[in-house]
Amino acid sequence: MQQSISAHVSDHTQGHEDQEGIKLLGFWIFLVTDCLLFATFFAAYAVLHTHTNGGFTASEFNVPNFIIETFILLISSFTSGIAVLNMHKGNKKGLTQWLIVTAVLGAVFVGLEVKEFMDMAAEGATLSQSAFLTSFFSLVGAHGLHVSFGIFWMIGILVQLSRRGITPVTKRKISMVSLYWHFLDAVWIFIFSVVYLMGVM
Amino acid sequence: MQNSHFFVTGDPMIYGADVSIALVSVAIIFYLTYFKKWGWLWREWITTVDHKKIGIMYLISALLMLFRGGVDAILMRIQLAVPNSHFLASEHYNEIFTTHGTIMILFMAMPFMFALFNIVVPLQIGARDVAYPFLNSVSFWLFFLGAMLFNISFVVGGSPNAGWLSYPPLSENDFSPGPGQNFWIWGIQISGIGSLMTGINFVVTILKMRTPTMRLRDMPLFSWSVLSSSIAILGVFPILTVTLVMLTIDRLLGGHFFTMTAGGNPMMWVNLIWMWGHPEVYIVVLPAFGVYSEVVATFSRKRIFGYSSMVFSMIAISVVSYYTWVHHFFTMGAGANVNIVFAICTMIIAIPTGVKVFNWLFTMYRGRIRITQPMLWVMAFVPCFLVGGATGVMLAAAPADYQYHNSYFLIAHFHQVLIGGVVFGYIAGMYYWFPKIFGFKLNERLGKWGFWLWQIGFYVCFMPQYALGFMGMTRRIYTYNDSMGWDMGWAPLNYISTIGAFLMGIGFIFQVWQILYSIKHGERDVTGDIWDGRTLEWSIPSPAPAYNFAILPVVKGRDAWWYQKEEMQKGNVHKEAVKYEPIHMPNNTGIPFIMSVFWFIAGFGFTFEWMWMGIAGLIGVALTLFARSFQYNTDHYIPVEEIEKTEKARKNYGSVHRTAN
Repeated sequence: MQQSISAHVSDHTQGHEDQEGIKLLGFWIFLVTDCLLFATFFAAYAVLHTHTNGGFTASEFNVPNFIIETFILLISSFTSGIAVLNMHKGNKKGLTQWLIVTAVLGAVFVGLEVKEFMDMAAEGATLSQSAFLTSFFSLVGAHGLHVSFGIFWMIGILVQLSRRGITPVTKRKISMVSLYWHFLDAVWIFIFSVVYLMGVM
Repeated sequence: MQNSHFFVTGDPMIYGADVSIALVSVAIIFYLTYFKKWGWLWREWITTVDHKKIGIMYLISALLMLFRGGVDAILMRIQLAVPNSHFLASEHYNEIFTTHGTIMILFMAMPFMFALFNIVVPLQIGARDVAYPFLNSVSFWLFFLGAMLFNISFVVGGSPNAGWLSYPPLSENDFSPGPGQNFWIWGIQISGIGSLMTGINFVVTILKMRTPTMRLRDMPLFSWSVLSSSIAILGVFPILTVTLVMLTIDRLLGGHFFTMTAGGNPMMWVNLIWMWGHPEVYIVVLPAFGVYSEVVATFSRKRIFGYSSMVFSMIAISVVSYYTWVHHFFTMGAGANVNIVFAICTMIIAIPTGVKVFNWLFTMYRGRIRITQPMLWVMAFVPCFLVGGATGVMLAAAPADYQYHNSYFLIAHFHQVLIGGVVFGYIAGMYYWFPKIFGFKLNERLGKWGFWLWQIGFYVCFMPQYALGFMGMTRRIYTYNDSMGWDMGWAPLNYISTIGAFLMGIGFIFQVWQILYSIKHGERDVTGDIWDGRTLEWSIPSPAPAYNFAILPVVKGRDAWWYQKEEMQKGNVHKEAVKYEPIHMPNNTGIPFIMSVFWFIAGFGFTFEWMWMGIAGLIGVALTLFARSFQYNTDHYIPVEEIEKTEKARKNYGSVHRTAN
């Protein structure tokens, strides 16, 4: 072809070194779509939250439980931030430890949520009791499934980190999982305020 | 679930289909085994991450689904041709209009569109592949196995029959028990996830993978149309995913999102599904607009008229399409104020669309028009889409819509925009880029037969339906009695409409014949620039080498290849010694296919409410995701010697260029 050499040199960087950056951009866009996914569940909740069919209402949520859940998730977001700071310092040990702390906190959060759901079900407040409960369990459950997925993902990355150390690839993966974790935290803030706080108020 | 009803029984037509499916499957397996093609199939196609091959697989699937959807359409038209007909059982008729709609939009239009995305976009923007080749393969296999899951409902378990958008409460357990409706949910769910990934993939491809010298404002209009369509995909496919999950929760876990009892709200489904469904029709039509822009410029030998307004119109359409969904159910009773907002938004969309139509006409004005096959379809599109758009504005007038709602007037309208806009555009695109993908042109003579049969068939089929709508015929009606028949006017118009459907069917057969004939006899493309094109895909050989561009092209403005040809003619191009460098390419991988098979297993299990199987499938999906995450050796370099060898083989390349004048 008839191109000059200068263009040729500049193309060499394109699509090679930038691979990790391109993947991170795609992940950001994925998060936008995930945000819409939650938005749809929120919309359904907004429509149905008064349709309690004479059963469990939003004012009956277990306040201490959801407050503790919230604090645990917020702290885990903080610890995942510390992990990323350690990553940028190149401190593999600190990174590993803080990631483990984050995953454990996430697991505690999921455990508390499961307990909350089981307690409600024991009172007869199941998914099929009313449209309100269907939308509640779906919205909060979708978040819980996301957190659970994030825990498994983190474990996978921890294994890769122990094998390969901090490389551009593991760095990108840790940035992604941490972004994902903060995103879930932000979604939880909305669940906390729209579902729980407005419910018990 | 009663397993005695596992296989669909009772209808002789279905037994016939069973036999033909079995025969075709045996024939394919025999062919692959006898000619020892299994390894070839696995290495070259199933595991490929090459966007060109993925595009070809999308194209073949889309044509197969066009056939199946078309057969459904013909059966419906036979049923309606005369009064009091019992050609189909009423239950069977319901199934066929459901699968016709679902297949045509989700398993024909979408893959046809993705075929064009994959085949054209990287070549047009000077890229060596899409941003995420692995994800691209995942998208294809999710689509394909989702479509297969939907299609086996025909012989196993029973087809869905609640309409192509399956409104509750009809689609809930109480009224549609059994696997049919679940097939609909899971077939669409699985392929929909693939579509969402394709949307992400092409947004990033277009923003990040363009050859470094191509500015966004010099990008060809087809790529712009793909960008606007992909942005719309990102905005609405998550809604589809969640809406289907909600119906799954209702059906599988006893939820009450859309039930009539326990506080559920069926109209919420109608809102949510159209929040996806309306933008969806713009998603499929925008790339067709892109095709028209490319074809009309090439065959008028002119730059496209009003490039910036074209771009602006497409972006405007993809944004405003988000605010029109209520026009599908003005009769819901949302009140005058709400209806007015959506009516006006709907009418507003006609403005950018009108701008585009004028731009295409002005591009042709004083151009040196060559009437080739792609151009024929473009010229047929303009008047057809104009009428379809005008009847759309009629429907958008909310008070009047109370009369047209769910009548055959509506059926005629949306077929006119979807066939006249989308299908004509995709067919034009297929004819236009066919030589680029396969290295030969499709036969003109057979193509013209196909074209005229389609055109005449289209108007004969759908014009009577506008009148039938005004005469009170409603959609999805199974049959009509004699008193509405020959003397009152329903029967003659229906009979004529059926003739039109057959003409289109014959047109399709001509096109299949045309493709088969041209494989041997089609004009070969030896220059890589068979149409005297304007954009970068015509600057490389046909079919393109695996790496597309040995050296990334330099773009100095719009219509980069045209410009370059002019420069070459003027002798301004210095033939420097070309120095190649190794090219970085992704490795083939079987993981996308295996992952999609697990999705299929999960979907099949949940369809029959066999939870163990569904959960096992999902675990399989998770394991393949993990396997991929632990895979580090995912790419390779093509060595310089190989590139040199490939490039030397292109003897005629660049020697023939027929610039204007």
